[in-house]
Amino acid sequence: MAIDAGLLRELGLVLGPGLLSTPAACVAYECDALTAHRHPPDLVALPTSIEQVQQIVRICRRNSVPVVARGSGTGLSGGALPVAGGLLLVLSRLDEILEVDPRRGLARVQPGVTNLAVSEAAAPHGMYYAPDPSSQVACSVGGNVAENSGGVHCLKYGLTVHNVLAVKLVTMDGELLTLGSETGEAPGLNLLGAVIGSEGLLGIVVEVTVRLLPLPRRVELLLAAFDDVGRCAEAVGQVIAAGIIPAGLEMMDAPAIKAAEAFAGCGYPLDAQALLLCEVDGLPADVADELGRARALLEAAGATSVRVARDAGERQRMWSGRKSAFPAVGRLAPDYYCMDGTIPRRHLADVLAQIAALSTAYRLDVANVFHAGDGNLHPLILFDAGRDGELQRAERFGADILEACVAAGGTVTGEHGVGVEKLGPMCSQFGAAELATFHALKLAFDPAGLLNPGKAVPTLARCADYGALRVHGGQLPHSHLPRF
Amino acid sequence: MALIEMPPGRDLTDALVERVLAAANARTPLRIAGGDTKRFYGRPVAGETLALAGHHGVVRYDPAELVITARGGTLLADVEALLARHGQRLPFEPPSFGSLATLGGTVAAGLAGPARVARGPVRDYVLGARLLTGDGRVLKFGGEVMKNVAGYDVSRLLAGSLGILGVLLEVSLKVLPVARGTRTLRRHIAAQGALELLGAAAQRGLPLTGSFWSKGELYVRLEGCPTGLDELVPTIGGELLDEPAAASLWHGIREQTHTYFTSARPLWRLSLPATAAGVALVPADRVAFEWNGAQAWINGVERQTIDPITRAAGGHATLFRRDDTAVGETSEVFAPLPAPLLDLHRAVKCVFDPAGILNPGRMYANL
Repeated sequence: MAIDAGLLRELGLVLGPGLLSTPAACVAYECDALTAHRHPPDLVALPTSIEQVQQIVRICRRNSVPVVARGSGTGLSGGALPVAGGLLLVLSRLDEILEVDPRRGLARVQPGVTNLAVSEAAAPHGMYYAPDPSSQVACSVGGNVAENSGGVHCLKYGLTVHNVLAVKLVTMDGELLTLGSETGEAPGLNLLGAVIGSEGLLGIVVEVTVRLLPLPRRVELLLAAFDDVGRCAEAVGQVIAAGIIPAGLEMMDAPAIKAAEAFAGCGYPLDAQALLLCEVDGLPADVADELGRARALLEAAGATSVRVARDAGERQRMWSGRKSAFPAVGRLAPDYYCMDGTIPRRHLADVLAQIAALSTAYRLDVANVFHAGDGNLHPLILFDAGRDGELQRAERFGADILEACVAAGGTVTGEHGVGVEKLGPMCSQFGAAELATFHALKLAFDPAGLLNPGKAVPTLARCADYGALRVHGGQLPHSHLPRF
Repeated sequence: MALIEMPPGRDLTDALVERVLAAANARTPLRIAGGDTKRFYGRPVAGETLALAGHHGVVRYDPAELVITARGGTLLADVEALLARHGQRLPFEPPSFGSLATLGGTVAAGLAGPARVARGPVRDYVLGARLLTGDGRVLKFGGEVMKNVAGYDVSRLLAGSLGILGVLLEVSLKVLPVARGTRTLRRHIAAQGALELLGAAAQRGLPLTGSFWSKGELYVRLEGCPTGLDELVPTIGGELLDEPAAASLWHGIREQTHTYFTSARPLWRLSLPATAAGVALVPADRVAFEWNGAQAWINGVERQTIDPITRAAGGHATLFRRDDTAVGETSEVFAPLPAPLLDLHRAVKCVFDPAGILNPGRMYANL
């Protein structure tokens, strides 16, 4: 689409060299980590101050130009995919850590600061920032706020929403609002809670105050093997029902175990059908107490072996397999597609059985890694995009998994966001009235509908098409599979 | 592990929808009431009472999932008793301010007790909600899982919304296990020394789940495994309270039956960053604080005394309990919002309650 020369001039005055408008310069931003969807942006803005963000947004508002915010581009659902005729607002140059205060237990950072950099800056004070998405080396705090990112320690330490005290938000009118406060409390409605996880549809986050926690004094890791996935899932429930809240509780199935072991050589038992990593942290006495009880529970629950990491080195090795599960599985096939449903844990065995049946029906392999503590499943569907129709088959397989999650009382996305990827499955999770309310809420923040349009919440028309598609999908090879 | 069998309770959704629709058509304001135990909180609402107490019952509870779902009119006391039977609790230790307090009222008021210092506010534990809007729609947001980023997080928006967005028909909350052990210590110490001690303890990661200072005495609660607690007790110092005395103390602070809270009106609640240094501006016997200084109380003084303190400290103040003689008083009780933020509040209210009939004015005039 042709960009108006007047608009270019206006933006150029604000941004100088921070404005990219040639196809060669813009193409680098054509997608995020959901690479199946690409669209080269027409304009890329790289602001270096909040004032610039406000000016850009005002110009775009006046000219009815859509604005898509982007951090590091590590998102897995296409939330930062450029939109036609729009401006891509890249916040990675706002990358200053403004303040780290151990006494008040907080850090104030610009949105382009990476997640890990916050913990690194806090480490000399014996503190850290708890949310740890697997992309934490690269992903930005602003992006974490947009997606409400999680990680492997959510059961005990929460998601981004539990660890952000305040944000500064630029609205599409160019107003600068502060939501929340240093204490996490502010008068009025909890709009901060609505903005976290809103995928850039409500405002542009230009500053984030996060809560820092003292580094745990002691950490221990248990590795338990099971010869049955259901028994492993049952054991997870027993640990939690016994009053133990592990810092991390991660499960892998046989294909994921084999792939991780081949990739990382981390010492996983290859004959296990399921593996559980259980990390406990805190004060030494509490950790010793929980470790002993967790070990006894896992053994009583039928674990074929239970091992405690001897030292930090072995602990890291045992984690390395889980943490490299995605690239490890990635070596098994030219492409993989990562799903992100969450279910009540009691349905785990059922949903895994359904996924296995779908795998047969779609003739595509699947490996499962699972944030077992909080019920967040990451099935990794293996396929070859070079083969005719396989990408489409993988996407249909993925959508069916999400349908199964919704049917089990869960959600289509636990931490990766809806973006463009899960607009269809959103139609299964929410009714027309809820979707209409989401659209109305967006318009309360962004009356012209210019912020990240078309993402996160499907239009009702799209859902009508999706519904028709699902009915048509009844003819697909898996129609005989039971649903609940 | 499995779902716990529950008595069915009573579902009045249909009747409540009908009542709200009729009120919306007639533009009749409604005052939403659970147990009416927090009627004193916020601005007075002139309207017909919409009673929620009959809409009650725990809908689902599976201890292994750490989630409970119950109707808005379910008694808070019933929920807490059920959780306690399974070794669990509401992590934010909400005040009830009376035996008839309901779960819906608890979430709508968004008030947390002493444990907030360690475990966070009410909104951190709201996983899902069924909401009856001001135009009679029944909407379901969130769910019963810990991690859920599908759609805007409307259920967390409802925590502390004081009923201005809708009637909480059902809420799902994350729950946590009860601690293995607890110790409460009392120390004679001046305010500034207490703040320093608490700040240092928090920074060291001590399992501090309650702190209260009033009239030169600091009370500290630690929770964890008993052997570990016994090692920690000397690092705080002071006198160890026996269990009944400790339980009664924290109950009194949570429910505001402690003598500090009953002695003088009005009662102001100040939300303060890190240090309550500004509190030194008022006589020490008028001040109490919790949450390591992040929540301070000042009683028996007027607004003109409060304003400079919050300005200096960068916090905000709430007129928590009025002078009992101030009948018909309608001044603002919450700190004023900047104009653009107030506009946004109006726009959000309009999404859920276009006719403006639900608890109008409870939070701010004309909202």
